[in-house]
Amino acid sequence: MKSSVITFPGSNCDRDMDVALTKFGFKNKMVWHNDQELPKSDLIVLPGGFSYGDYLRCGSMASKSKIMNSVINFAKSGGLVMGICNGFQILVESGLVPGVLLRNKYLQFICKNVHVKVDNKENTFFKNLDKKILEFHIAHNEGNYFCTNDQLKEIEDNNQIAIYYCDQNGNTNDQINPNGSIKNIAGIFNKEKNVLGMMPHPERMIDESLSGEDGSIFFKNLLNNIK
Amino acid sequence: MKVSAVITLKKDVLDPQGKVIHETLDGMGFNSVNEVRQGKYFEIDVKENDPKKAKDLVEDMCKKLLANLVIENYKIIETQ
Repeated sequence: MKSSVITFPGSNCDRDMDVALTKFGFKNKMVWHNDQELPKSDLIVLPGGFSYGDYLRCGSMASKSKIMNSVINFAKSGGLVMGICNGFQILVESGLVPGVLLRNKYLQFICKNVHVKVDNKENTFFKNLDKKILEFHIAHNEGNYFCTNDQLKEIEDNNQIAIYYCDQNGNTNDQINPNGSIKNIAGIFNKEKNVLGMMPHPERMIDESLSGEDGSIFFKNLLNNIK
Repeated sequence: MKVSAVITLKKDVLDPQGKVIHETLDGMGFNSVNEVRQGKYFEIDVKENDPKKAKDLVEDMCKKLLANLVIENYKIIETQ
């Protein structure tokens, strides 16, 4: 299976993502933001980082870069696209997924492990996943997911919420919500569920001795689903 | 010609920075503040001498990049 990771100026999780994808069997290519064409890929990843120094709004500049036209066309034709952290911010700014990511509610940069609940497995990203609660890492200043009431209704009606922040038993409530995001949303899909944006970093949880392996579970399952 | 644009958060969008600024102003003795909302201001010099066309151009920029219309409003406030 082939994957491509897009590197924007200021991306800093692109190589971690390359390591993770390669470890679990993807043949990965790195693609520069100024390129116009994507290599043949089964999965495109927009990695975390601080593209363009988070100027104007996080992800706003990167969403207008040359390669994004190809990414948008790829997504619109049904291709799998995943945006992690800053990649999620780029996805919302490009309009591929609804809503926006605001500054964290308590104005602090958050860097810690969190639990997320996977509620929706009728999609290529989480289908057949044998765990419901995963431990991932978050590191962000703007992860407070927000959308209008109309958008929220549409997202819920179409079952577009991918993962929620929760405690280790799967309870979702305000106390466990790290950044103030609506409904504890940590990740969402587009309507067709071939585009996933999420704040947590699965690529940081792929080594038993360093971090735990819930990321490994995610990537192995993803590869099997794409095969 | 120079055109200015002001981007402000929509009414129901939480503005924690504005809130902190408000509290700090309170602490400094400015007790008559009802609310503070923080926004962005752009001064754009465009290669266009027709005021209407210049404003339209900046409005297009606001819609496509400068503002995110999910959470922000824009206002073209001045032409010179």
